[in-house]
Amino acid sequence: MPYTASELLAATASRLLADHRIVFAGVGTPLLASALARATHAPHLTIVVEGGVIGLEVQPGRLPISTNEMRAGRRAVMLPPITQTFLYAQRGFFHYGFLGGAQVDPYGNINTTLIGPVERPRVRLPGSGGACDIISHCREILIVTTHERRRFVERLDFLTSPGYLGGGDARRQAGLLFGEITRVITDLALLSFHPETKRMQLDALQAGVEIQQVRDNTGFDLAMPQNPTRLSPPTDRELEILRLLDPDRMFLG
Amino acid sequence: MTGLTFVEARRLLETKDRSPRDKRMSLPQAAALVRDGDHVAIGGCLYSRTPMAALREILRHRRSNLTLSRNLMCYEGELFMVAGATREIITSWIAIGLPWGLSRVVREFVEGGRVRQEEWSHLAMGLRYRAGAMGVPFLPTLSMLGSELLTMTTAKTMACPFTGEQLCLVPALFPDVGVMHVHRADCFGNAQIDGYPHMDADIAAAASTVILTAEEIVDTEEIRRHADHTAIPFFAVDAVVEAPYGAYPHECYGLYEADLDHIGAYARRVTAEGTEAVRAYLQDYVYGPETFDAYLERFGISRLLRQRQAARELMR
Repeated sequence: MPYTASELLAATASRLLADHRIVFAGVGTPLLASALARATHAPHLTIVVEGGVIGLEVQPGRLPISTNEMRAGRRAVMLPPITQTFLYAQRGFFHYGFLGGAQVDPYGNINTTLIGPVERPRVRLPGSGGACDIISHCREILIVTTHERRRFVERLDFLTSPGYLGGGDARRQAGLLFGEITRVITDLALLSFHPETKRMQLDALQAGVEIQQVRDNTGFDLAMPQNPTRLSPPTDRELEILRLLDPDRMFLG
Repeated sequence: MTGLTFVEARRLLETKDRSPRDKRMSLPQAAALVRDGDHVAIGGCLYSRTPMAALREILRHRRSNLTLSRNLMCYEGELFMVAGATREIITSWIAIGLPWGLSRVVREFVEGGRVRQEEWSHLAMGLRYRAGAMGVPFLPTLSMLGSELLTMTTAKTMACPFTGEQLCLVPALFPDVGVMHVHRADCFGNAQIDGYPHMDADIAAAASTVILTAEEIVDTEEIRRHADHTAIPFFAVDAVVEAPYGAYPHECYGLYEADLDHIGAYARRVTAEGTEAVRAYLQDYVYGPETFDAYLERFGISRLLRQRQAARELMR
């Protein structure tokens, strides 16, 4: 079955979520990935969103488009105040945190604040929201984004959400004692970070993608394995579930 | 915006009469409690329980130089910008909502320097209100460490005096005015919220003046029957206004869903026409309709009922 980039991202991300864990997700692709995981291999995955929902259950066709609207709270087990939701994250309860971003650098740092010079931005973006908190507090961070040269940059215009900062143990040195940026999921590849340098590296290619495509769409040098593994494309069942969840294709593209 | 210190905020609180007296008043009377230059903290979150009736009235009073704070700011921020009512916005995020992309108006005002946007992480916003609510000058967190938000704001770092670990300290917010919309309140200001609590209870405790609008004013006996539901006590409140549909076209949990058709139409018009679209919207929905009832009539009863029905279905 043919599929869009968003469907590919959601399916790839969902496979990385283990059952019985807790995922801090945002609306859009992260929520679709989490809901898909619950519908397939991870029925006991608990979805938390920053508007203050624990145990979100997506009703097919009624995807929330903000994390704090009634649709998100439906059938939740708890609707804590927003500050409390983040404090649960800071306490260390949440296994996964999902992030996207306008710019990602080789160390998994993310910019959602501005493009251009800080004093006179060319584009003012909406801002951190909970992104800076999620990346600082969750145990494993999964970055999900389309793979474009303008997004994968050597230097961010602004560092909103700290990944591994300058690499090595810089994250720990800054006082961020917990959490790892484990994966970057794109429509071209699955990437991870070198165990010591913490610089981004290619792990696997999406179906039908060649190494050169990844290179062309990444604005920095990426360590490449000799023979990267290949991810299997989304299955018909995964696509059917995603399309059932989002029949209006609000987020599936 | 410098804001009150925790000492000044405490001293000011001690001068206030927040006794259990009847605090009901009209929207214009309540909005008159807001003065030019005030820091107004807005309850709810994004398009949930936004105190639209009160905000509309504050705009009608043509206030200026306001600092607005909110954890996630929706298009009410644009209305204040274009109305010339605000110069500074303190938030973690501002746009209309994810599907509608970047706000052209926010871009124009912030990139052009006409409005200063001070960005904090979402938790940092929450802890700033919480510190205010606690009556202390700051709270520590691990959020914002390593982030450039740390250098762009008044946050500071320190080594923990107990463990030696690095901490980020976020300063308390003591808003001059807190404005929030709740499900029900009695005439004294004991307020109950269903569903998402957001940050309203902390904002109410932190602010020097608190304006509540409520879907309904109920007898204190009804509050007493479900005291565990009370989120804001009377002694934190200055004004109570009955305003059914007071968050519309944003949602009020369990009662009416956000009118996404309206919000979407607004967003599309802003994308096409920019500031002019907001100016027209202000005329049509803020300055034009003299009362909140007249404002609601612009949406029409069938729309209001449709959104109530949608909420009912979701609550099943």
